[in-house]
Amino acid sequence: MEILVCVKRVPDTAENEFELNSAGNDLDRDDLVYSVNEWDNYAVEEAIQIVDKVGGSVTVITVGDDESEEVLRREMAMGANNGILLSDDAFEGSDGLGIAAILKAETQKGNYDLIMSGAQADEGAGQVGGMLAAMLDYPYASLVNKIEISDGKITVGREIEGGNQEMNEMDLPCVLSIQTGINEPRYVGIRGIRKVASVDIPVKGTSDLGLDAANVGEAGAKTKRVDYFVPDTGEGAEMLEGSTDEIIEKLIEKLKAKGGL
Amino acid sequence: MTQIFAYIPFKNGAAEDVALEYPSAAKKIDEGASLTAVVTGSGADLDKVADEMTSIYSEVIKIDHADLAYPNAEVVRKVLVNIIPTDAIFLTAHDTFGMDLAPGLSVKMDSAYAADMVDFEGIDGTTLKAVRQELGGAVSTHVAIDISSGVVMTVRPGSFAPVDGGSASGAVVDKSGDAGDLSAKRKFLEIVAAEVGDVDITKSDVLVSVGRGIEDEENIEVAQELAEAMNSVVSCSRPIVDAKWLEKSRQVGTSGQTVKPKVYMAMGISGSFQHMGGVKGNPFIVAVNKNPKAPIFQVADVGIVEDILDFMPELTEAINDL
Ligand SMILES: Cc1cc2nc3c(=O)[nH]c(=O)nc-3n(C[C@H](O)[C@H](O)[C@H](O)COP(=O)(O)OP(=O)(O)OC[C@H]3O[C@@H](n4cnc5c(N)ncnc54)[C@H](O)[C@@H]3O)c2cc1C
Repeated sequence: MEILVCVKRVPDTAENEFELNSAGNDLDRDDLVYSVNEWDNYAVEEAIQIVDKVGGSVTVITVGDDESEEVLRREMAMGANNGILLSDDAFEGSDGLGIAAILKAETQKGNYDLIMSGAQADEGAGQVGGMLAAMLDYPYASLVNKIEISDGKITVGREIEGGNQEMNEMDLPCVLSIQTGINEPRYVGIRGIRKVASVDIPVKGTSDLGLDAANVGEAGAKTKRVDYFVPDTGEGAEMLEGSTDEIIEKLIEKLKAKGGL
Repeated sequence: MTQIFAYIPFKNGAAEDVALEYPSAAKKIDEGASLTAVVTGSGADLDKVADEMTSIYSEVIKIDHADLAYPNAEVVRKVLVNIIPTDAIFLTAHDTFGMDLAPGLSVKMDSAYAADMVDFEGIDGTTLKAVRQELGGAVSTHVAIDISSGVVMTVRPGSFAPVDGGSASGAVVDKSGDAGDLSAKRKFLEIVAAEVGDVDITKSDVLVSVGRGIEDEENIEVAQELAEAMNSVVSCSRPIVDAKWLEKSRQVGTSGQTVKPKVYMAMGISGSFQHMGGVKGNPFIVAVNKNPKAPIFQVADVGIVEDILDFMPELTEAINDL
């Protein structure tokens, strides 16, 4: 089974406190810590486990800048066999449809039975997998937390509201977006990353992919981010301040009043 | 005139709450727009929901077909492509069905796509201005959407004020005949119900809920001790279940349990909408988080900027000394 996994380099929400830049139109990205989108690690792990069982290969792919190569290498250190970086200045500012169109162009150059992505990434849209599937006319299932493959048939569980699971049978090739918790992604150490440090990762741009620059990037985007803003913290909680002892004293009074103690 | 269509999700013959929220969203998109509800399904449940919707929407499109008895997104998409005008605004909830349906629908409709809308600021020419969040709610953004060839959008449940039903006296339009070819490459098999755990977090008046800020499996005990002191139980956010530190039945959120405690202690939880979506009944929310900018402080009643690993044991001790 040939599996393609779409991954993304994103600001790590656990490692950063987000601030706006001085112009107020973007995040202050100077000191941001980036990592692989959390959901993508589950997708890559699942792909590796499938290939371990039924044979084949795992290719990881991303649309991004030069620095995105590091996330491909990380996923290759997990066990993905190949990496492909789709990178071009013309791709910048793409909306979800643009990213899906770029991925589609490369997907069609391969012969993939199964395409996976994370259920969502930093923008929280959860859009690229479903769009890619529709562009390729492949069936799609989102939020997948179980996959069984036998005799060329694939059965997938989707996690729906309340943690219930919706079981589906699908034709291959298909596209799946993977939900966290489907497996336990393996740990990647420095040594693993070093092992794949010199593996060649092809970089492809607009002309390699036969794309028209007018249809991708900012030029082709129908949905554009105008600015970032941080909602007023003042509107929210009453912040308890002082020494820890003072805070605890105030908190206990409140908890007593509200039925917490 | 702007035409807006809203897809009504329902379970067991009852529409989800978002059905009452679309009208407020539609008003914010364009006060003068027409708004039509779309319900797909089969049999008595569908008829019941369609009827119910006539008290909220002036027009309700109903598509009845045996293949729609369970909402398989691929089948529903095929129907919608035949029913919805290509330059319309289409709304569905940002829930597990909407996430399954909407991105592919935008491709098939050749429309713009925008996900998880939390606010709208009106249309200027062919540009719709809207608000959404990124990075788990840590930042908000304005987006400009070119709607000249229509748009498919998911709206976040709970973000738009529910309207009072009963005012409209709408009509049901049966468009089942226009459904078209419903063959699909994905077939629905069955629903496997979520596991039931040994602790029922929905029964507790107080919850000590831990998130990724607990950092390590061994630290769960610290929360357990606080919970005991407060005569309550430990619940958690999703990453704690993904890591297998606590069982799924302890997870609060849209893909976990819905809880209605009196007091909710959010310990090292950032406050994503999927987590807070499971916290109902307007409890007194105490948030302890070491990041003063954590989104949880927007929704909590009381906020404390501390490391939970230091704070929880001290709080436990103080309560035990009372
Ligand atoms: C379809 C779907 C359904 C989902 N359903 C659910 C659901 O049902 N329930 C759910 O919870 N999530 C759900 N999620 C995941 C959700 O989007 C978030 O990823 C998740 O809620 C984050 O959990 P968290 O707040 O514990 O972790 P994080 O967002 O990583 O937040 C951890 C917080 O802890 C703070 N912190 C770290 N260390 C400390 C410390 N020592 N002391 C104090 N504070 C500390 C950090 O500042 C941060 O604010 C769902 C996602 C999707 C896509």
